[in-house]
Amino acid sequence: MLKFFHRMASPKYFYQFTGKLIPWLGIACLGFMLAGLYDGLLVAPTDYQQGDSYRIMFVHVPAAWMSLFIYMVMATAGAIGLIWHIKLAEVMAISSAHVGASFTFLALVTGSIWGKPMWGAWWVWDARLTSELILLFLYLGVIALYNAVEDKRTAARATSILALVGVVNIPIIHYSVEWWNTLHQGPTVTKFDAPSIDLKMLIPLLLMAVAFKLFYAVVVLMRARCEILQRERNSGWVKELVRASS
Amino acid sequence: MTTANLSQAFMILLRRDLTLAYRRRSEMINPLLFFVLVTALFPLGIGADPTLLREVGPGIIWVAALLAALLSLDTIFRSDFDDGSLEQLLLSPHPLSILMIAKVFAHWLITGLPLLVVAPLLGVLLDLPGAAIRTLLITLALGTPVLSLIGTIGVALTVGLRKGGMILSLLVLPLYIPVLIFAANAVATSGAGLPVEAHLSLLTALLVLAVSLSPAATAAALRISLS
Repeated sequence: MLKFFHRMASPKYFYQFTGKLIPWLGIACLGFMLAGLYDGLLVAPTDYQQGDSYRIMFVHVPAAWMSLFIYMVMATAGAIGLIWHIKLAEVMAISSAHVGASFTFLALVTGSIWGKPMWGAWWVWDARLTSELILLFLYLGVIALYNAVEDKRTAARATSILALVGVVNIPIIHYSVEWWNTLHQGPTVTKFDAPSIDLKMLIPLLLMAVAFKLFYAVVVLMRARCEILQRERNSGWVKELVRASS
Repeated sequence: MTTANLSQAFMILLRRDLTLAYRRRSEMINPLLFFVLVTALFPLGIGADPTLLREVGPGIIWVAALLAALLSLDTIFRSDFDDGSLEQLLLSPHPLSILMIAKVFAHWLITGLPLLVVAPLLGVLLDLPGAAIRTLLITLALGTPVLSLIGTIGVALTVGLRKGGMILSLLVLPLYIPVLIFAANAVATSGAGLPVEAHLSLLTALLVLAVSLSPAATAAALRISLS
């Protein structure tokens, strides 16, 4: 097992291994997504209160979960890269940032579309919406810093530090926003998370969550492969690859 | 050659930064002017109704203080980076994180403390009650060091960049949000005559957390930026 990880840390082996892995992950992702969408849009019962518009939850909730999950992955990979100087961890961290930002944006947009029929407004300063918005800004900060630093090795290490600082701050920001919210307007906004979700609704939700995780895995590996090719463009095996394909 | 021990090094660095700032006194005024100007813009923009101003005053003053702190952040490493003394600091045998505390402390004395002097004036301009102005001073005293400490991490990450300013604000402002929330709320709450101990305790907690964690992050960031 340890040997496997050791080999995976070599960019060349990683490139070859993920090249074989990605199609399988893609097929699994497609399968889960189709099953989840079918189950969520056609099988799951209509909500007695929210009608059919609640079905956007099957995209919204997994996207919101992913937005936090990916930040944690990014920070962990960044920490690994900083501590053990593993180049591959740095690549994974920065490849995750763009995907994470996209999921956060998706969660915000779908939440807004959901909010219009439910609250009658595109945007309310609800605690969770606000902290999600701040999370988007944190992601954009990471991406902006990475793009601004010219040497990509330094850039990856700098963004790792920023991601770690963000991780310490996320709970603080989350609770301060929640507190601010209760101080300002009180619980006027009804919370969505019913404690007892119907099993028929839970199954498609979990299917979609798995599909989103797989989708993230596919996209992040594809991005990481590109990043590796770019970084290793002067190494022997990449030149070999280019010669073989041209 | 004698080498200074840690506390001597701390004091030397502190004195050096204060002397440098004293020699360029006019630069110290700029963030202050900015603070006053931004606050003065709000009544012009939203109307001079005293009840409205009293309600939004705490938020306005704190947002202005936040922006003034952000604007003055860049100076903390700029000249040291340009003349190479920052690299000398990195080479010193003392732990960089402790030296960073000295730098941030000096920077706060130069840019943060003056905000406290002007703030009561702004409070009067926005018609805040006396209790609120007193709380405003306490929150500024507790909050602006946190802004300096967190902001320095951002400066350390962007110090080598040519156009670091815009990115700096993108990095640092989201991290400032908790301070803004607790501080502005405390001022508003005390204006309404309610107790604010909880807010102040939380602000103090943020300060303790920032003092203990951010110098290490700043030191790590500097080593990466200057490598």
